[in-house]
Formats: sequence, C-alpha cells, structure tokens
Amino acid sequence: MAQSIVKEFTKGLWAEVPPFRLVLGLCPVLAVTKSVENGIGMGIATTFVLVCSNFLVSLLRDIIPAKVRIACFIVIIATFVTVVELMMQAYTYPLFLKLGIFIPLIVVNCIVLGRAEAFASKNPPHMAIADGLGMGIGFTLSLGALGAVRECLGDGTILGNPVFGPDFQPFTFMVEAPGAFVCLGLLLCLMNLIGKK
Amino acid sequence: MREMISMVVVLTVLSAFSGGMLAAVKTGTNDKIENQVLKFQKAPAIKLILSDVSNDPLQDRFKIMDQEEEVTFFVGKYDGTPKAITFETKGKGFGGDIGLMVGVNIESDEIIGVAVTTHSETPGLGSRAKDDPKFVSQFAGKTMDKNLGIKKSGGEIDAMSGATITSVGVCLAAQKAQELYTRLKPEIEKQTAQMAN
Repeated sequence: MAQSIVKEFTKGLWAEVPPFRLVLGLCPVLAVTKSVENGIGMGIATTFVLVCSNFLVSLLRDIIPAKVRIACFIVIIATFVTVVELMMQAYTYPLFLKLGIFIPLIVVNCIVLGRAEAFASKNPPHMAIADGLGMGIGFTLSLGALGAVRECLGDGTILGNPVFGPDFQPFTFMVEAPGAFVCLGLLLCLMNLIGKK
Repeated sequence: MREMISMVVVLTVLSAFSGGMLAAVKTGTNDKIENQVLKFQKAPAIKLILSDVSNDPLQDRFKIMDQEEEVTFFVGKYDGTPKAITFETKGKGFGGDIGLMVGVNIESDEIIGVAVTTHSETPGLGSRAKDDPKFVSQFAGKTMDKNLGIKKSGGEIDAMSGATITSVGVCLAAQKAQELYTRLKPEIEKQTAQMAN
C-alpha cells in the first residue's frame, strides 16, 4: 500500500515527468520559463491546482455521471485555478503580473485534465493526491530547470543574481519564444540520452 | 431518465458549490488585491514623478467618472497645498496595452513627468520605455497644447530607436492624458481644493 503511494508519487518526478516525458502542457512551459522565479511560480500554482482537483475528482468519482465527467472536471479545475489566481494577486502580486494570462490558462493545461481523467477518476483519494503531488513537483522542477538555462544565458542571472561578470553580453534570443523551443529540445535530448543508458 | 436527472443534479450542485467558494475567496481577498495593485503597479511610478511631495499620494486620492470609466487621481502636496496630480492612461504598444502614469502640475498645466506602470513590450527594446529614463523624460515640462506625438508624425518626441511602436504607444497614452486632463480640469480643481482644507 505505502509502496504504491511512493510509486505513484515518484513516477511524476522522472519516469513520466510531464513536459519532457509526456510532452504535455507545453504552452506554459514555453511561455513562462523566462526566469527561474517565473518557472517555479507557475509550477507551484499548477501543483496546487493538480493536487486539489485530483483529490476532489477522486472523492467524487462514484457520484459524477460518466457522460458529464469532463464538464464536472472542468468546473472543479476552473474553481481551483480562480482561487490560485486570486491568491496570487493578493499575496504575490509581482509574480502574478509576470505570469499574467498563463495563470487562468492552467484550466486548459492538458496535465491537469489528463491526470483527472486518466488517474484520479479511477483511483482512491490518497493515491490521487500522491499522483498530483508527484506530477506537480516534476512539472515545477522541469520549469525551474528550463527557466534556469534560459535566464542564465538570456539575462546572465540566476534568480536575479548575476552569474557572469559585468562584461557578459546577454544572449537575448534565449528569453524570446524561439529560445524556449531550442532549450526544450536540448533538454529533451539530454534526458533521452541519460534515459537510454 | 434517472441518468438524465443525476447528470443535471450533479453538475448543478457542483457549479453552485464552486460559485459559492469563489465568491467567498473573492470577498476575502478584495481589499488585499486593491492594495497590491496600488503598491506594486502605481506606487513606483507615482514616486518617480512626485519625488519631493510632503504627503503620501497613495493616501490622498480621489476618483472621477469620465464617460464610462472611473479614473483615480493621486494628489501630490507641496508644503500642505495640493499642487500636482497623477493619473494613469493606456496606449497600445507592441505587445499590448502600455500603462502610463502622468503627473500634471495643476497650477501651470505642465506635465511634471510620466512613468510607465505596466507593459508587455519586448525585453531590451520596448522595455526601455520603463527602464531608461531618457525617453520618458522628454515629456516633462510640456504643456497641454503641445503635440506629444513622435517627430516623424509631426510631434515633439524623439522615438526610441528600434522601438517605434512602443514609442508611439507611450505618446498615445500621453496624448490621451492631455485630453482627459483638459476635459476634467474643472472637476479636478474642485476635488483638489477640498483636499487643501
């Protein structure tokens, strides 16, 4: 029992880490990872939504009629997303400004709906929480890693602290949209190389 | 039939529950959000413009209905007498709306200064409107009858090189501010006179 919870939790960290292994939810992945801070902020917001919606969907899995399940999932997810949005506005306003439209867009993030449909609606609540937490943390770490590479090369900083000398010319391309694709591609390639061995 | 009813009931109850929850969160965070907007978006710009006032412009504010919109004015006092106001207008930039805080001396009708509050312009190019004081400093000292367009279109403002659309957006916001101030001048004078007492 305990073992399977751990298994559900850890699969999200490496074996099925959302942006790299499942290649899901790429819209926020590409758009907000201009810096580590943005990436991790977005990851935490998504994790919260993922855990809460997984829990509630799993709790209601026997009550929700199969034919309207997607509508029910969306209502649940949208509720939690709006809660996150309001909370971010109230407590972490600068981050909210940076993430902007991508917070409400968590509603249509494939990972959240995907986990509700594929996992939470078929498993008991504690498993669903473990799954949501694992996936969420995996997502957060991926966004953080991507953000770190892009911020480092594109701005010459990590979390706002300069890492290179004052003579460093920022590689602005990396913080623009094309840089996101290039970075994602390189990290995917790296993960596949490591996974192969 | 039974299935139909259960679908309707579940979806209705779920939506009602989510509506209630959101209303509660919204009410709980409302004041906090308003403060955050003032603190992080408006306050830095206001401070830039009204650097040597004797009061706190964030506290001394009033609202005027202008056509459909409500505009908030922040009053700057010098030695206890209100002499300046700042308010925000918007112009269309390259990546969306640019928010511009405009400070006006209500005795001489001169622009004291302007500062960008929010924008989503290209980092390194259009973002200089906010980060580089050279461009926005051109607006200081201009009166209400000056043409605040860019030089190419017959105005008096030098556009930033490589960021023409951003420059035009800022100019547009400044021109809107001129119109709005001229239109609302009587009302503004009435309100600020009350603040002096």
